[in-house]
Amino acid sequence: MRDLILTNLETVPGRQITAHLGLVQGNTVRAKHVGRDIMAGLKNIVGGELRGYTELLNDAREEATSRMTAQAAQLGANAVINVRYSTSSISAGASELYCYGTAVTVA
Amino acid sequence: MSSLIFFLILLAVGFFFGRANEAAHLKRLETAEHALSHIAVNNLKHIYEPTEAGGVLVSGNVVVAVDYFKKIIANVKMIFGGKLGMYDSLISRARREAVVRMLREADALGADAVYNVRVEFSAIGAQPQAIGGAELLAYGTAIKRRSGPISPDPAAS
Repeated sequence: MRDLILTNLETVPGRQITAHLGLVQGNTVRAKHVGRDIMAGLKNIVGGELRGYTELLNDAREEATSRMTAQAAQLGANAVINVRYSTSSISAGASELYCYGTAVTVA
Repeated sequence: MSSLIFFLILLAVGFFFGRANEAAHLKRLETAEHALSHIAVNNLKHIYEPTEAGGVLVSGNVVVAVDYFKKIIANVKMIFGGKLGMYDSLISRARREAVVRMLREADALGADAVYNVRVEFSAIGAQPQAIGGAELLAYGTAIKRRSGPISPDPAAS
């Protein structure tokens, strides 16, 4: 899976696109952890980074990306171009992470 | 009475730690940005220089919260409207931090430039009473410049 090229450009630098295989996507919805939330509440007094959340969202984004790349691999793609991320908060405690791009084969 | 004291303590803690955190963070950002300044960052979709084949998606994210003092001041200011300077600095610091993290990832790959950088914002906690946080995400495609005989060394021949 690691040899799959991911890029948010419209082309793959130095490579020729041989086939477009269509849109691939991956998403995941994550809710925050109660323990982390208490820590975040404390952190909210002094301000600054909420590390627990940074990690949570980072992990979630990786999950969404791996779902997307799995879909691309299934189509026989070896690259996903024009990758975009989007985040939306569903309710107070949950966010959806969404990742999409175009699966292609490059030579 | 005790709740008022508690409120004032929170306000003071927020004020002093918030300020200290902000100053320390700005300092850290400056050194990090300087250390990573050899990587060119742009939001162009098309590459204008010779590069090695392939690109790698790099990203950096950060979740930040405003401190209690600023939150209260902002709530008061929101009655009258106008500029909320404290949120300005929070979001811009977070955006710089996200870009720095993205650049660190690019640097670890030995990249020379990051193309098509996108910076995205999302609020965390829909309710006003919930954690007033925001996530900033920066992502782009890291590329390596092709090491060709662009500037031939006359001493080598």
